[in-house]
Amino acid sequence: MRAHYGKVTAAFAMISALALSGCSAGGDSTEAGAEAAPCEASEGPVTLNFTTWVPGMDEVVKLWNAENPEIQVEVQTGPNGNSGTYQNFFNQIQAGNAPDLGQIEYDALPNFRVQDGLENIAACEGVADAQDKFVDWTWGQVTFGEEGSVYAVPQDSGPMAMYYRADLFEAAGIEVPTTWEEYAAAAEQIKAQGSYITNFPKQDVNWFAGMVWQNGGQWFANDGESWDVNLTSPESEEVATYWQDLLSKDLVSTLPSFSDEWNASFNQGQQWTWVSAVWGATTLSDGAPDTAGKWAVAPMPQWEDGGETAGNWGGSSTAVLKGSEHPAEAAKFALWLNTDPEALALANELGGIYPAAKSATELEAFAGGVDYYGGQKIYEVFADASSNVDPNFTWGPTMTQTYTDVSDGFGAAIGGSGTLMDALENGQQKTIDSLKSQSIPVSE
Amino acid sequence: MLIMGVFTLYFLTPIWWLLTTSTKTGGEITSTAPLWFTGNSAGTFFANLGRLFSYGDGLFGRWLLNSALYAGVGALIGTIIAAMCGYALAKYEFRGREAIFNIVLSGVLVPATALALPLFLIFSRVDLTNTMWAVFLPSLVSPFGVYLARIYAAASVPNELLEAARLDGSGEIRTFFTVSTRLMAPALVTIFLFQFVAIWNNFFLPLIMLRDQVLFPVTLGLYAWNSQISQIPELRSLVIVGALVSILPLIIAFLALQRFWSSGLGAGGVK
Repeated sequence: MRAHYGKVTAAFAMISALALSGCSAGGDSTEAGAEAAPCEASEGPVTLNFTTWVPGMDEVVKLWNAENPEIQVEVQTGPNGNSGTYQNFFNQIQAGNAPDLGQIEYDALPNFRVQDGLENIAACEGVADAQDKFVDWTWGQVTFGEEGSVYAVPQDSGPMAMYYRADLFEAAGIEVPTTWEEYAAAAEQIKAQGSYITNFPKQDVNWFAGMVWQNGGQWFANDGESWDVNLTSPESEEVATYWQDLLSKDLVSTLPSFSDEWNASFNQGQQWTWVSAVWGATTLSDGAPDTAGKWAVAPMPQWEDGGETAGNWGGSSTAVLKGSEHPAEAAKFALWLNTDPEALALANELGGIYPAAKSATELEAFAGGVDYYGGQKIYEVFADASSNVDPNFTWGPTMTQTYTDVSDGFGAAIGGSGTLMDALENGQQKTIDSLKSQSIPVSE
Repeated sequence: MLIMGVFTLYFLTPIWWLLTTSTKTGGEITSTAPLWFTGNSAGTFFANLGRLFSYGDGLFGRWLLNSALYAGVGALIGTIIAAMCGYALAKYEFRGREAIFNIVLSGVLVPATALALPLFLIFSRVDLTNTMWAVFLPSLVSPFGVYLARIYAAASVPNELLEAARLDGSGEIRTFFTVSTRLMAPALVTIFLFQFVAIWNNFFLPLIMLRDQVLFPVTLGLYAWNSQISQIPELRSLVIVGALVSILPLIIAFLALQRFWSSGLGAGGVK
């Protein structure tokens, strides 16, 4: 009886410690590993629910259902994560009727982890061995660096590169920039011709984070005890100062991204470059059809001459949500979905997914040249970029709030009050306040 | 007059934009004049319509049907319930009548959005989330409808007529359906329209309740598509054409029932 009592208390203490510290790493890792529930296969036929917003996912799942009569998957499609699906997940987890599997972007995973919304599938068959199949940094996103823990299977990623108007650069006799210094110089020359080198997207704080990511900056860190918030690191400051300078000199436009006027600006040749993720390739070709054949892709400009670093913008995972009765089967499906060549090819064709699996480079869709980009094999550039993304970047548990606060500050800076750096400082303080208000420990 | 003109322009311009933009391809949206047609408007419009109804195995048609079902049947039953309730409150004296009326009236003040999450948790308990019932059942109640029905019944159904019906041997329920509802018709049409519009435009409740997109009403479906535009840019023109198609039933309902609608509103207002 006493032993039982002790066990319960220990388990309870561990759960509350986990809930409080959110992610655990380092010293906590052995405990976290012990906490990983054994993952046993269910008896008999199983039906899994899978909520996603990737179009065409139901077609991909049909492939699986045809081959796995014992494990049938039903797909539900909703609005994208921050537009309601995440909130629904949290409601459903609370009500105990969440789907077995859900699509969750990397920057939202820590939030689910802190709220104890994810199943640890590390012990499930095949999961631990799958690490080598995924690009390093994506694996780091789903394990939070914890030993013996896997909370999701990487699905897609958004390695960044620079789309640029090859024809305009050539006609103007401007070298395609390879460093940010050259980029700023080119911006002046392009402005002299009456155009902009690019658009600064004030709402896309995750784009800005991708820039900081490239520069080796870290916005969040977790040592197993508490969260370290660092929006104002020297790397962040360098990026913020750089773009503030371009903004102050009116060398970049400030249109709302993905809006009609933003598309029009690209379509009419007002924008010469777009530093963006791999998924931006179709955004561009759809939004600016009149410029077909004139674009090319080069690696991101570098902070240091001869550097090779790249940032990342976006990407998501397939997570097994808390309360799933069939974690083993769910994990098996998630692995298949994100590694099977046939599944990956179809997901790319119908949903525009750029897989996080290393085998993506072998897919036919990414092998050939793309007409819109003058026949260039653009996906080779992105594959290189993907291997140059810093694997240690960590997202915080309150990214929605952080994005909103920083974005408000960016908007103010563009309007002339304050700077981008002020926005980051304000975002830093607001994030710390928000973590504290949720009783998530913060180290200062 | 000038002010009215300005406001009319202000309200109609977006609809005009919707109309012109629905006749463009995804690329033309950004590359042509926003408030006018292109050379091949009609052809593109029908091509867009075709793509709209074929995309995702005809999902959009399904959403329209769902909306029609939620809004049409929901408003019909909701109107009957509100009418019976309001009529009872107006014509029968019983203990607690005013208390009940006041409680119902206070329901007008609680926004539907605030009730969505509690409703979700309740429906989760009885395993009704992600079913049609989850959206349908909460749409049946209309506190404002009860209020309107009571006011109108008190004003338009003479007690003498009810006495006469009773003397002639008609039961209360029969009297209600054959005599009173006819007298209350303008109010009933008003309640029906109110409910129809409210359910058709209801967004937050389905967003929370539904996971399966074949159950979505058209508002939620378009919203889901719209949130995916940055990934799948071809959805942009579908969302625009879809938005145009989705407001047509409301316009038709208004025009068809307009006569009743205005007299109903007036009657409620004066009282």
